[in-house]
Amino acid sequence: MTRRSLAIGAVVLLAIAGGWWLIARGRPSASLPGPAGVPGAAGPAAPADARKITATLYYVSEDGMSLAGVQREVPFGEGVLEQARQIVTAQLGEAPAPLASAIPKGVKLRGLFISSRGDAFVDLSVEARSLHPGGALDELFTVYSIVNALTTNLPAVTRVQLLIEGKEVDTLSGHVDLRHPLQRSLKWVQTSEK
Amino acid sequence: MFFLRTAVLLLALGWIGAQAPAPAPYTVLSADGRRPLATRLINGQEMFSLDELSGLFQLSVKEDALAGGLAIVAKGQTIVLTPGQSLASVGGRLVSLPAAPARDGKVWFVPVDFVARALAPSLGTRIEVRKPSRLVVVGDVRVPRIAGTIEPQGTLARLTLDAAPATPHAIVQEGQRLLLRFEAEALDATLPASTAPDLITAVRPGDTPSSVVIELGPRFGSYRASEMPGDRGGTRIVIDVLAQTTAATATPGAAGTPAPALPPPAPAAPPLLDLVPPGGIRTIVVDAGHGGSEDGARGPGGTLEKNVTLAVARRLKSALESRLGVRVILTRDADATVELDERASLANNNKADLFVSLHANASVRGSAAGAEVFYLSLDEYGDQAQRVAQGETEAVPVFGGGTRDVEVILWEMAQARYIEQSAALAQAVEAALRERVPMSPRAIQQAPFRVLVGANMPAVLVEMGFITNAEQEKLLGSDGFQTSIVQALVDSIIRYRDRTTAAVPAPARAGGGAER
Repeated sequence: MTRRSLAIGAVVLLAIAGGWWLIARGRPSASLPGPAGVPGAAGPAAPADARKITATLYYVSEDGMSLAGVQREVPFGEGVLEQARQIVTAQLGEAPAPLASAIPKGVKLRGLFISSRGDAFVDLSVEARSLHPGGALDELFTVYSIVNALTTNLPAVTRVQLLIEGKEVDTLSGHVDLRHPLQRSLKWVQTSEK
Repeated sequence: MFFLRTAVLLLALGWIGAQAPAPAPYTVLSADGRRPLATRLINGQEMFSLDELSGLFQLSVKEDALAGGLAIVAKGQTIVLTPGQSLASVGGRLVSLPAAPARDGKVWFVPVDFVARALAPSLGTRIEVRKPSRLVVVGDVRVPRIAGTIEPQGTLARLTLDAAPATPHAIVQEGQRLLLRFEAEALDATLPASTAPDLITAVRPGDTPSSVVIELGPRFGSYRASEMPGDRGGTRIVIDVLAQTTAATATPGAAGTPAPALPPPAPAAPPLLDLVPPGGIRTIVVDAGHGGSEDGARGPGGTLEKNVTLAVARRLKSALESRLGVRVILTRDADATVELDERASLANNNKADLFVSLHANASVRGSAAGAEVFYLSLDEYGDQAQRVAQGETEAVPVFGGGTRDVEVILWEMAQARYIEQSAALAQAVEAALRERVPMSPRAIQQAPFRVLVGANMPAVLVEMGFITNAEQEKLLGSDGFQTSIVQALVDSIIRYRDRTTAAVPAPARAGGGAER
């Protein structure tokens, strides 16, 4: 009795898992190699993370004089808010060689909110200020890599305001006015890359 | 074509000469004696030649061809004159002049008031210019003012002389004249014409510089003199000249004599800072970026942006003061933390005409190099700022009905009104920098910079070079490079000034001589 019911249970479980695998495999956006760094993720969550979108992210060009827009795979996020978080998180990460990130290493996304008017508030950890190397151009690159990453990829986001540790700030390192949400600006983006 | 121009120029100069029928010279009174000092009437203004003043006061005059100004060094102090501007900067302090300096050929002319208002403070010597008596009194020379009246009073004629300041004197009779001698080096005398010629024929200056002669008329019998304190610390001398034939019955003293009007004293000349030609620049705020706890960017060799900006700001201040004769205020003159808001407020509160913020750039790439000039971009500040920039107004209801158009702008976005001027300034700065220092490929940019947005005047932010580039880091710390930056900025401000004042008819650009 118990052995039989155990066997049936096992078969049902296998069938569910197999069916889920088939569904997940069939999704069109899962074009990249498997999800990185989620070992042992159990159940249906693991394959869902593998979904990707292609987004334009911004990095400092080789000569350091402009931002370069680069098409990269970013984890899929359900809804605008979740997708915005994924895009910012990706933008905070390492830059593809030979480009460099405009955002200091170690900066974390503390939170992200989007108002009904399409203003996104990106709350960054204190390192965005404390580790910022200074310099007007670099500060412009730091700010606009995030502003442009959100506004270029998410039509629902029209403006972006950066916050540090949950608070509004004047600037990151003394130049760019962060007291208001900023619109997309491609002034510092290399035209050849777009 | 050249000859034609020269002929026109000469004609113009000749016209100026013809227009001025050489007024009587001034007399310079000093411990060394008396010397004449000629004046010339140029555009209705009496002027001294700077050459003559240089000889008298040991000045060194240098013409700054680039700035178009004149630097006059008097006892180590520099006076800067700018053609077309009726202002002089005396050691950085502005004083107004009744006219701009004028030039005739190689000779520069300055208004008579230049001597008292600009020269005297820089020489640290008392110099009094007495226009009615055409005197320039230098140093502690006693030159009392003497003014008087003659009143016929029946059988006597009363000569009342007011001497200011009170000066010891003596009266002696020498035949048919009275000699009034003052203990002074000279007199600044306005003597009365005689109204009782039978008693006093004339009152005229004596044979020595410090005496007055009273020529006595045919009816002269005797005289009596008295003295009493006069107005303003002066002395009133009353001399009654009595007729021969009549017994002297006149009351002694002169208590009831109405006070003759003293010539109005030369008005003290306070600096009239508000009298600047439209478009003129008199105050510039130079902002040394960062400071105190804000290091700014750091070079690979450890050079800090805040130190470079302060060093250049200080140099720029002295260069602007000495070459343009403007007031320059630094947002910080030490390694101090100054909030971004305070920097713009300082400029606004001092009604600065220009705001120049100095910075050094940084890049994650060590190779990034070149200077860049920024002015504010309004795109980031929404529609309201852009409407203001375009001069749009808002209709505000007024009491009693109706509306009034009012320009509404947040003080924190004051810069919105000056975007066009700031762009012109940025262009001038970029062009001048390009002549002297390496430039970034994208030299003029617009960005939403916090320090610029609140400035209520044309404002630019200059990134002098990349401190993160090892080679540029060395440059930024070097004397030569800092001097080049300063010279470029001075040049650009001159160009900007000339461009913005070009539309305004420049007063008294006499002589039409070599304009830059």
